[in-house]
Amino acid sequence: MTTYIIRRLLYIIPIVFGVLLLTFVLFTLVGGDISIEIAGKGATQETIDEIRKERGLNKPLFLSWDSQFINHFKNALTFDFGRSRDREPVIDKIKRGVGPSLALTVPMFFGVVIISVSLALIVAFVRGSIWDNLAVVICVAGMSIPYLSFILFGQYFLAYKWGFFPVFFSPDLTPAQYVTLPVLIGIVAGLGGSLRFYRTVMLDEMRSDYVRTAFAKGLSTRRVLFKHVLKNAMIPIITRVVLSIPFLFLGSLLLERFFGIPGLGYLMVEAIGSRDYFVINAMTFIWAILFVVFNVLTDVCYALVDPRISFE
Amino acid sequence: MICFVIIVLYFLLAGFTYLAELCDWQVGPTRWAEEAGESYEPPSSKNIFGTDIFGQSVLRKTLYGTKISITVALFASFISITIGVPLGAIAGYFRGFVDEVIVWIYSTLSSIPYLLLIMAFAVVLRDKTLFGHKLTGITAVYLALGLTSWVGICRLIRGEVIKHRKREYVLAAMSYGCGDWRIISKHLIPNVFHIIIIDFSLRFVTFIHAEVILSFLGLGEAERPSWGAMIDDARIELSRGVWWQMAAATVAIFFISLALNIVGDALRDSLDPKLRIQ
Repeated sequence: MTTYIIRRLLYIIPIVFGVLLLTFVLFTLVGGDISIEIAGKGATQETIDEIRKERGLNKPLFLSWDSQFINHFKNALTFDFGRSRDREPVIDKIKRGVGPSLALTVPMFFGVVIISVSLALIVAFVRGSIWDNLAVVICVAGMSIPYLSFILFGQYFLAYKWGFFPVFFSPDLTPAQYVTLPVLIGIVAGLGGSLRFYRTVMLDEMRSDYVRTAFAKGLSTRRVLFKHVLKNAMIPIITRVVLSIPFLFLGSLLLERFFGIPGLGYLMVEAIGSRDYFVINAMTFIWAILFVVFNVLTDVCYALVDPRISFE
Repeated sequence: MICFVIIVLYFLLAGFTYLAELCDWQVGPTRWAEEAGESYEPPSSKNIFGTDIFGQSVLRKTLYGTKISITVALFASFISITIGVPLGAIAGYFRGFVDEVIVWIYSTLSSIPYLLLIMAFAVVLRDKTLFGHKLTGITAVYLALGLTSWVGICRLIRGEVIKHRKREYVLAAMSYGCGDWRIISKHLIPNVFHIIIIDFSLRFVTFIHAEVILSFLGLGEAERPSWGAMIDDARIELSRGVWWQMAAATVAIFFISLALNIVGDALRDSLDPKLRIQ
């Protein structure tokens, strides 16, 4: 087990190297020198030079120990991403955004997983019936409605028109107040796709011999569903759950933009608007690291839930 | 079948908008940010979907948005297939070092959240010059979507080619003295072609939704209307009770996605029985 985990951890190194290479190519080679843009219109050459010096843009690109290429790696690995365009250290901005973002995405994430897995179990049990067909139709329809429309309609009716929830974030609200409606919208919007996926997984399991055996020996439906089917369906569920973690970002990005929640997604939208490469670079790197780590975690989880998986 | 008709209809609409622009028919105004009539007219028999802030017909804007979305999705699919299919086939066929490098490249790309990666590409590529062409917002979107989304198809093709490379027909071709490239292009790719079609039909929806989100965030087409920009407008308009722009864009996106989803599933069921969704 330990060797397995170590081997999986070693696998992170080439990926991190690749991500850093990619961000370097994107933001330094392709993106280029934006110091003129930062300095603004009519800036003197001195101001521009000063900005270049401050951000290390005057150093050679490659072939030196103090080159931009080496520094890009050094800075990222020490989580020092320099200052954003408004001169605040990027890492401080990101730290500030983590709290609100997690307050939004964590309940949403668990909501979607728990509700869709339980619904999938029920739907799989009544497979072929009118309820099953209805569920599939609703899922496909739900998947076809753009995410933005879910948010807009939800915000308009539930918050603006009927006043159940606050329309926008404001600092004097508690997280529970400003996060409830976005979380609800996120769950409703995400339910279609996941329910359909889990349903397929469950149906595959329901057709297995062990389910027939379990029913034949007189076990109750509840016991078969929750004890046997759910346990065997765990592998695809875990894969889906972990792989959907990066998509939480998409959800929170749009939701945060609409509800003005000052999280990481909001930060990202701002950075796009102002072409703040420094922030986008840092976010890309951090999210990639998170994703890779979660990927390794999935593999470890596989091994834990399924004793058939060998560590070799 | 109905879904197929819907998709064809969308394509025809997109083609028609192109033709209209090409032949300079006065079906649509060329300046979208100009006063054209009464602001915010509710839907009526004259303007089925009402008008926007400049008095432009929302119906026309929606049709124009169809063109943008379909074009973006087509271009992006084209780019991702031209990159993903050959790379996947090469990796799966040759294995060894080449395989490892290609797998490394796509694992790296796929370790960055999809939307974040697209946005990073779109921001950086915007207003850059490539082969003498200045990349406007929408071209940056084509490229960003295409360059980031070949990973999925590449992985699928690689897996399938690995399964096929020891089959009899490939061995037979080898014993005939076929070259590697001929085997890949004439024997292997045609045999895994169904995967390309399925992936294409399912990915099309993703592209349309991604384009909507990117234009909404202001990374897409700047001067001409698109579904994403319409939803962005609607964000402010809704509080004034102007719902038609929002509704038109949602309905347009809804039907094309629904049709594509259903056709994609049907294609998968008939072309690849192993993946059948019950």
